[in-house]
Amino acid sequence: MTDPLLVVERLTTVFEVEPEPVVAVDDVSFEIRHGETLGLVGESGSGKSVTAFSILQLLQPPGRVTGGRVIFQGRDLLQLPEAEVRKVRGAGIGLVFQEPMAALNPVMRVGDQIGESLRVHGLANRREARARAIDLMRAVRIVDPEKRVDDYPHQLSGGMRQRVMLAVALACRPPLVIADEPTTALDVTVQAQVLDLLRDMKREFELSLLIITHDFGVIAEMADRVAVMHRGRIVEEGPVRQMLRSPRHAYTRRLLASIPGGAPGTRLGGDAA
Amino acid sequence: MTPLVEVEHLTKHFERGGGLFGAKSVVRAVDGVSFTIGEGETFGLVGESGSGKSTTGRCMLRLIEPTSGAVRFRGEDVLAFSPARLRAARRDMQMIFQDPYSSLNPRMRAREIVREPLDIHGLGTKVDRRARVAELFARVGLDPAHLDRYPHEFSGGQRQRIGLARALALNPSFIIADEPVSALDVSIQAQVINLLMDLQRELKLTYLFIAHDLRLVRHICSRVAVMYLGRIVETGDTERVFQSPRHPYTQALLSAVPVLDPDAPRTRIELDPATFDREAALREVDAGHFAAV
Repeated sequence: MTDPLLVVERLTTVFEVEPEPVVAVDDVSFEIRHGETLGLVGESGSGKSVTAFSILQLLQPPGRVTGGRVIFQGRDLLQLPEAEVRKVRGAGIGLVFQEPMAALNPVMRVGDQIGESLRVHGLANRREARARAIDLMRAVRIVDPEKRVDDYPHQLSGGMRQRVMLAVALACRPPLVIADEPTTALDVTVQAQVLDLLRDMKREFELSLLIITHDFGVIAEMADRVAVMHRGRIVEEGPVRQMLRSPRHAYTRRLLASIPGGAPGTRLGGDAA
Repeated sequence: MTPLVEVEHLTKHFERGGGLFGAKSVVRAVDGVSFTIGEGETFGLVGESGSGKSTTGRCMLRLIEPTSGAVRFRGEDVLAFSPARLRAARRDMQMIFQDPYSSLNPRMRAREIVREPLDIHGLGTKVDRRARVAELFARVGLDPAHLDRYPHEFSGGQRQRIGLARALALNPSFIIADEPVSALDVSIQAQVINLLMDLQRELKLTYLFIAHDLRLVRHICSRVAVMYLGRIVETGDTERVFQSPRHPYTQALLSAVPVLDPDAPRTRIELDPATFDREAALREVDAGHFAAV
């Protein structure tokens, strides 16, 4: 069996704030195998997004990784100089955020944004980058990419922007994509299209995926395995089917019981207040 | 039995443009919406962004003035009320909003926020109001010891409870809840929904529940109307609509909801606007089940 693509080992991230430091990620370990989709699920403040930011070293002070290892393609990202980490971002690990309007540059044409990482990583000149951008836009099912390539983000709908961001993430053909709440701001029909697209892209680009979400529905649709985070820790981890059928940890059980879906009108969330 | 609330051909058009450049255009945000809500019922209004569901709710309480149509509450036309009569009527019809962060005045203490409706309507003595506020606070599951805190000192779920205590202050019989839990984490959502169901039972409340979360709507609403581009395209008993949706939009919408069972078959239905007539009127497709097909 080949080595996992990503191994996170005892990752710990602390926010150095007054009156005392907050441990946002507390001794978290997981791995992602080739071609696998891992879902990291939790509520706000659980540490799931901080985990992603820690992996990619995108944390801003007062946040700081204080311990652990992040082994990606055989190297510990936490030990690499910033210039090397920058190469991994984009070329090794693509990123898709919740809010495409915030993540995309509002004054840069979408085609330029998609081609930018190719140029930054020295993989294409201006003309090639534009041609690749159009190809990628077509790959993420944007209709008429030749026309859309010169649009600015504000000219696109929310679902379309999310497709552009996915095209940016896929530009350098990274083996791993981290998607942080990729469909949270979207209407349910648009969410369904984006999830279908992610699934198609995973197959076509032979990706591994780390999906960070608060929504067990997204996990059920997308993930092979799931890790449940609560207060900075992974409280339960396992195959998605097993987790949904017979959750072991009390928190997972409560979380699942909070989702409407049982008999109408019954109390939600079990007994815990 | 006469329904508590009747909405008839409600319409709200917004004019857009008409400035220095370009021609005026009219956005039909709410385009001839009709439904009724029975006493003690929870009626769900569902749709995606831009469907007109929130505008419908706001028009019903005249937080924005509708372009035309009728809204009857206990048989009286709310749209014909004088300002004074409307103020009095609002004691009986309240609204809670999605965002407990922006709908509470940050400079007021929780006590003042909950008490304000009593002050405005001049109800009771100072001592009465004080006792009533504490009672309301406890009723929504908050600790009366925290009455002198400001909104930012409460969590999102607690803030939604404050909004609810304020809405309940005047003993309304009808509450419009506009996405009341969509900004909350799922475990907090569950608590607030449980509270809403408890209050309904104990205080005999009638709810109009406006939401985009279809699982939630299915859980708490006895009847439901599905809105698409300003119109109701389907309405009826919730279970019937969810189990056998008839309108292409309802079918697409329901098929887009992620299924929590990983083994359940997934049949995504894509919406093709060419397959239906946007102007079609609602017709009864089954007992108590109407669709614009």
